[in-house]
Amino acid sequence: MKPIVTPEEAVKEIKDGSSIMIGGFGGSGDMPTNLILALSNSKAKNLTIISNTGGLPGFGLIQNQPLPVNHDILIRNKQVSKIISSFPVSPSPSMKNALEEIYKEENIIIELIPQGTLAEKIRAGGAGIRAFYTPTGVNSFPSEKKETRLFNNTRYLLEEWLQADFCFIRAHKSDTLGNLINKGTSKNFNPIMATASKVTIVETDEIVNPEQLIPEQITTPGIFVNKLVHRN
Amino acid sequence: MIMKEKLNRETIAMRIAKEIPNNSYVNLGIGIPTLVSQFTSPEQNIIFHSENGVLNYGSLAEVGEEDPDLINAGGQFLKPTIGMSFFNSADAFAMIRGGHIDISVLGALQISVKGDLANWMIPERGIGNIGGAMDLATGAKKLIVAMEHTDRNNNPKIVTKCSYPLTVPECVDLIVTDLCVISVESQRLIVKEIAPGWNKDEIQNLTEAKLLFDNNITEITL
Repeated sequence: MKPIVTPEEAVKEIKDGSSIMIGGFGGSGDMPTNLILALSNSKAKNLTIISNTGGLPGFGLIQNQPLPVNHDILIRNKQVSKIISSFPVSPSPSMKNALEEIYKEENIIIELIPQGTLAEKIRAGGAGIRAFYTPTGVNSFPSEKKETRLFNNTRYLLEEWLQADFCFIRAHKSDTLGNLINKGTSKNFNPIMATASKVTIVETDEIVNPEQLIPEQITTPGIFVNKLVHRN
Repeated sequence: MIMKEKLNRETIAMRIAKEIPNNSYVNLGIGIPTLVSQFTSPEQNIIFHSENGVLNYGSLAEVGEEDPDLINAGGQFLKPTIGMSFFNSADAFAMIRGGHIDISVLGALQISVKGDLANWMIPERGIGNIGGAMDLATGAKKLIVAMEHTDRNNNPKIVTKCSYPLTVPECVDLIVTDLCVISVESQRLIVKEIAPGWNKDEIQNLTEAKLLFDNNITEITL
């Protein structure tokens, strides 16, 4: 049985300097919004956030719906000292997110990583693979100051795993054992981040008894899950 | 001087749609590339991939019918489609990095004569997004760029050497702009088709890189 806690209880143990993976691609359906809100009401700061975007308020916005909450709010609150992301800022330079507005004066470190490399670093972190070689990023900014190696006359770049102290992920259904199901395109980074952090906290729409889940449909097995939060 | 008419964004997308063989797996980037899916027909059996974890998306959802759990990497809401599959980001990029995607269509800020692609950062902004572009340009079997031939101030985007930071060197196979279709072959740019009403000199004048013109050059047809 996994503990079922409130968002406030779930974020209590997050201390200054913690690293947190935040699942979701960046849209309104796939982000653990209540956990992010609870963290924004806590005192934790100097956080490292690992997430696909740097918090884009306008991404995947449905007309006439309120702006979805994402980690933009943590950056605006000045709780973040480092962000590891593939898409940190708005695609349009005229619509700045909090990160672009304040990263210089707040000295926020931005580590930009190609999205596939980010996903693979997280997968490797969860699977105990210390590092791997990829052709992505050779002869561009990711290869600055990194080791490369030739295999059959093609150059590859050494990339290390990525792990975190905590992760916030989203699921649509969970059983009490922490087995998770994601709907539609809302898998994205959620199942892989669940594997790569010490404490995985899940925000889920529904928590049911194990006999109510179809085992074949489970996207994240409960072994990767530590705590469950009801989404309401 | 009267400004001559260039092709619009939809026409660029339409021309690219013609380039896609039946039964291909195709990833479309943000901007003009996303329009390409509107101009292919179901009979072509083209399967669109999006790196947030979906294969075989078709038309976009109508206003009022958006589902936050049915979205593509460009933030467009999708209609539920028979034959769709969903997967996580590591699998989405295994498809790209493992060489399973036939065609990637991306936008560009600059392309060099060698087919170098720069599309992730305008240096004056000091910060940029890479998203899946670097993986796509490295891993897809064929890379098509869809873009306007010049920037808003009429500066050439097809240049001798990119001044913007590179996404991937020597990766572009075909460029479709609002003025012409250019094939990148052995570090040369060969113009294959020209927009109606334009001539070779006019196109070269809006291009910094040296262009070669195919002997069998034609007007762009759709």
